[in-house]
Amino acid sequence: MNAAIQIAVDAMSLGGLYALTALGIGLIFSVMRLANFAHAELVTCAAYALFALSGQPLVMAFSGAIVVAVALAVVTERIAFRPLRRADPTTMMIASFTVSMLIQKLLVFTLGSRPKSLDPVPMLSQAVSIGPTQVSLLKLVTIAVCAVLLLALTLFLKRTSFGLQMRAAAENFTMAQLTGVRANAVIVVAFALSGGLAAVVALLFAAQSGFVQPRLGVPLMITAFVATVIGGMGSLPGAVIGGLLVGVVTTLLQAYLPPDLRPFREAFLFALVILALLVRPNGLFPARGLKERI
Amino acid sequence: MTALLAIEGLAVSYGRISALRGVSLQVDSGEIVAIVGPNGAGKSTLLSCIAGLVRPAAGVIRFRGDAIAGQPLERTVRRGIALVPEGRHVFAGLTVLENLRLGATIRTDRARVASEIDAYMDLFPILADRRHAPAGTLSGGEQQMLVIARGLLSNPALLMLDEPSLGLAPRITDQVYDLIESVRARGVTVLLVEQNADRALRSADRTYVLNTGAVRLSGASGDLRGRPDFEAAYFGLDLVGGQA
Repeated sequence: MNAAIQIAVDAMSLGGLYALTALGIGLIFSVMRLANFAHAELVTCAAYALFALSGQPLVMAFSGAIVVAVALAVVTERIAFRPLRRADPTTMMIASFTVSMLIQKLLVFTLGSRPKSLDPVPMLSQAVSIGPTQVSLLKLVTIAVCAVLLLALTLFLKRTSFGLQMRAAAENFTMAQLTGVRANAVIVVAFALSGGLAAVVALLFAAQSGFVQPRLGVPLMITAFVATVIGGMGSLPGAVIGGLLVGVVTTLLQAYLPPDLRPFREAFLFALVILALLVRPNGLFPARGLKERI
Repeated sequence: MTALLAIEGLAVSYGRISALRGVSLQVDSGEIVAIVGPNGAGKSTLLSCIAGLVRPAAGVIRFRGDAIAGQPLERTVRRGIALVPEGRHVFAGLTVLENLRLGATIRTDRARVASEIDAYMDLFPILADRRHAPAGTLSGGEQQMLVIARGLLSNPALLMLDEPSLGLAPRITDQVYDLIESVRARGVTVLLVEQNADRALRSADRTYVLNTGAVRLSGASGDLRGRPDFEAAYFGLDLVGGQA
């Protein structure tokens, strides 16, 4: 029973982080058909902002992280991706790799490559009891934050006029423009939201890992990207479910693989991903109108 | 009547292929104007160009006297031009109601929009019955009604319809054209593109015959219906036989 609760908490907190990251990637892909690999650096830079503001009240540090991630997302859209909107998707993907590498190298050049210890929310490092089981408060908070954010984003997309415009743009961008939806506004808001999500992920992930380094966001981004593919590229519910699924499977593999095989956990995970894509090549929830772009 | 839309010497090319060559036409306020022609004549390209989907290589498009060629799509909508493209293009994953709300994206008079949406629901009871259903589940005719209503909700001065009868049963086509007539009665100018020349000629005040990217014939629809050179212009026989 203890182990089951522990595994469930681990799975949901890891899955929540993947879901938020996948959602950030999915938001951009849905409106631009851009697989933005520079999303990793939004997480990393937000974590460095938390590091720079450590010692300040949490609200101030977290606000700083949000400002940094949102500004970086919007600036990269304006400088790197907007001029390429009509380009081939491969060109845009390579551009996102370029932006990602550029920011990584700039971080190494200016701040060094050595990890820096970081504990942005020390009060969450304690354990709490669920019946007889001790679980990490940080992981419970991670689950709660992920749930609240997913709910808030769902309400934004479902209940607001701008959310409706974003969903229409995700389905058929050209038709959305023909109804008067402003292309630039929708894309900038999608990037800003993706930056905001990256800042939250940075806070939770840095609190769990306890350090920050220039490639902090890369493994998270790669796994979350896989999650968006499993969920169905361009589908936001798909990104969330894909993220949760990958988190659950990763945790189960960690718990139940023989100890000798645990270092190869990712290999098993990606083998399962390949199997899943063989059965459903477009993911679990294929998005509509994937051919439509700006 | 004043010219709402005036096009002069419009040319569009897709690579080496010339889709429109020196097209000039005029649409006056309150008219229904039809552009007819066979498949590949350049009709849809013409509407796409007016809407801002395609950038012309040459020529001028004036709407209410302002040059609009090459403007972003959303700005064209805000100027008062709505395009209902061929193939209906509902947002299949959004509900009927959400599709209609999207039509009013550029408007701020929410109460008026809500009452207009109710009016369209009254006009098309099937839309009311299916208001919370995904638009992709509607039939072809219902989807056509939905996209026309969606286009009208932007409160356009000019409604452009690309092949509104394509793929519809004759009875449904008649309903669509009844709607077009009622749209005009409300003061909206209509520019429609049709392969079904006979149906278009019956409803339009004036008609342009487009073939191989150029206007071959134009005039009052009533006059064109009886003219012997109409079929020649429509099928391009004038080009083959050198009669034009």
